[in-house]
Amino acid sequence: MSTPAERPLLAVESLQVGIRSARGTFLAIEEVGFALDEGEVLGLVGESGCGKSITALAVMGLLPQPVARITAGQVWFDGTDLAALTNEQMRHMRGDRLGMIFQEPMTSLNPVYRVGDQLVEALREHRPLGRGEAWREAVAMLDMVGIPAARDRASSYPHELSGGMRQRVMIAMALICRPKLLIADEPTTALDVSTQAQILDLLLSLKRELGMAILMITHDLGVVAEVADRVAVMYAGRIVETADVFELFRAPRHPYTDALLRSIPRLDSELDRLVTIEGTVASPLERPSGCSFRDRCPRARPRCAEAVPPLGELAPGHRARCYFPVEAPAPQAERV
Amino acid sequence: MSAVREFLVPFGQRKVAAFGLAFLVLVLVAALLAPWIAPYDPQQIDAIDRLAPPSAEHWFGTDHAGRDLFSRVIYGARMALLTGAGVVAIALIFGVLLGTLSAYFPTLGMVLMRIVDVLMGVPALLLALALVVILGKGLFNSMIAVGAIYVTTTARITYGLTRKIAAETYIEAVTSLGAGHWRIIRRHILPNLLSPLMVQATFIFAFAQLSAASLDFLGLGLPPDVPSWGNMIAETTRYITRAPGLLMFPGAAIILTVFSLNLVGDVLRDRLDPRFKDDLAK
Repeated sequence: MSTPAERPLLAVESLQVGIRSARGTFLAIEEVGFALDEGEVLGLVGESGCGKSITALAVMGLLPQPVARITAGQVWFDGTDLAALTNEQMRHMRGDRLGMIFQEPMTSLNPVYRVGDQLVEALREHRPLGRGEAWREAVAMLDMVGIPAARDRASSYPHELSGGMRQRVMIAMALICRPKLLIADEPTTALDVSTQAQILDLLLSLKRELGMAILMITHDLGVVAEVADRVAVMYAGRIVETADVFELFRAPRHPYTDALLRSIPRLDSELDRLVTIEGTVASPLERPSGCSFRDRCPRARPRCAEAVPPLGELAPGHRARCYFPVEAPAPQAERV
Repeated sequence: MSAVREFLVPFGQRKVAAFGLAFLVLVLVAALLAPWIAPYDPQQIDAIDRLAPPSAEHWFGTDHAGRDLFSRVIYGARMALLTGAGVVAIALIFGVLLGTLSAYFPTLGMVLMRIVDVLMGVPALLLALALVVILGKGLFNSMIAVGAIYVTTTARITYGLTRKIAAETYIEAVTSLGAGHWRIIRRHILPNLLSPLMVQATFIFAFAQLSAASLDFLGLGLPPDVPSWGNMIAETTRYITRAPGLLMFPGAAIILTVFSLNLVGDVLRDRLDPRFKDDLAK
C-alpha cells in the first residue's frame, strides 16, 4: 500500500450503473469518474433524475438489488475497490468507514426507539463496546453535533425533535464511528432556510474537527457555493463539468452549467421572467445520440450528435464534456 | 408498579375500555379459579332438574342433561382463553415468519405469497375442516386448524406492512450504518409491526372464538363433553324455544369476550405507538 497522501481517498472510475425496468435495461449513470481527497468537500450537482443519488448509492453499496447494479467501473476507497466487495464485506464498511445522511430527516429515524438507542446501535455494530460506554459516547456525539442538553435529548423519541434536530441526530449517527467519508444526499433540502445554514455550518465544522471528506449531493448551487471545494456537475447520467468551486462559478464552460448559473434569480437584475433552460431532461431510455444536452443546447452543432464528447481538460483542474465550450470570461469580469 | 400504572391510565379516561378490561379480567379469573368458583361440577347430570329456568339455585338455569349452566359457562372460559391464545400464537408465529421473510426476500416471497393466496382462496371453515379431518379431533388440533386460517391473513398483513416499513428511509439509514438483514428484521421491522399486529391479534383472538365454536357446532372441534361455549351452543339447538338461556348465556359470554378484546386491543395499540403516548398520558 502506498501512502494515503499521494492517492485520493475516494476515486470513482468510469462507473456505470444499469437499472432493469419494465421497458428494458437502461444505464442510469455512465462513465462517472471523480476523486475526493481526505478533508475535501466535493459537490455533486444536478437536477432530479440526473443520477447523482444513484452515484451515491453505488458508492455506499446500497443500490436496490437486484433491480440496479454496478455494470462497470471501480470505486476505489482507501485502496479497496468497493465495487468488488461482497455484500458482507461492504456491510462492514458502511457506518464504520463510510457514513451517509439522507434528505428526509423526518423519516430517517426509527420512530420506536429513543435517539440515544439508535446511536448506540450504530456504534456497537462496529465497535465492541458495552451499553453504558456506548451510551456515553452517543451523548458526547449528540453534544458534538450541537444538540442542547444532549444527556436528556438522548432519551427523546424522534417525534419529539424538530426537523433540524433530527438531521443533527442523523449526522451524529453517521459520524459516530468516525468514517473517513461522509456522503450527504441533499441533507438540507427538506429543512427551512435558516436551519439549512446551521446544518451546513455544522457539517463544515465537523469536517475540520474529524478530518473527513464529504461528498455533498445537491441540486442547490447555493449549497455548493457555501460548502464545496470542488464541484462536479451531472447531466443525464454523466458528469459534464468539473472544476474548483470558484472557477466553476466564475467561468462555467459547459453550456448546461452556464445555463444553470444563469437561471439563478438575482436581486440586482431587472428581469420580468425567470431564466429557464428550454426543454426537459431526456429520459434515460431515449437519450439522444452524442451529447445528451444537445437538444436543449443553444450551441449545438451537427458534430454534437455524432459521439459523446470527452471530458476534456480546458484549464488546469477544469474539465467539461463539450466540443464547443463556452468561452471563459477574463478574470476581472467576475460574474458571481 | 409504575409500568402497571402507566398501562392502566388510559383506561381511566375510556370508560368503555375500562369495562372491556374488567370483563377480560373476570374471564381470566373465571378460567383460573373455575374449580373454586363454580357452584357445581360442570359434568354433573341431574335427570330431574332438566332445562330449568334461572333460579337462586342455578343462576343460569340447567341444560338438557340437568347440568348447571353457570358452572359450565365458567369452565367454558378456560377453553375460550386456551383456544384463543393457541390460535393467536400459531397465527402470529407462522404468519409473521412467512410475512417478513417474503417481504424481505422478494424471490422467496413470490413463491410463499402465491401459496398463501391459494390458501386464502379456500373458504376458511373448509380449510379448518380439512385440517381436522387430517389431524383428528382434539384441543391442540383444533387450535392448529383454526390457527391455519389466520396464518394466511397474518402473513398477508405482515407482508404488506413489512414492505412498507422496509421502504422507509430509516431502514435505508440503518443499512447505511452497516446493519445486517437479521438485525434490521429483528430490531427495526418487528417492533414497528408490533402495534398493528397487536390489534390484529385481538381480532384473531376474537374470531378464533367464533371459528372454534363453529367447529364445535359441527362436531369436529372439542369432544362434546368438554364444556366449551361453542359446544354449549351446539347442544342447545333443539331446546332454544324451551330454554332460551342455553343460547343466551354462552352466546353472551362469546360476544362480550370478543367485544372486550377489541376495546382493550385499541387501547393497547395507542399505548404501544410512541406517537400516541403523550396524548394519552396528558
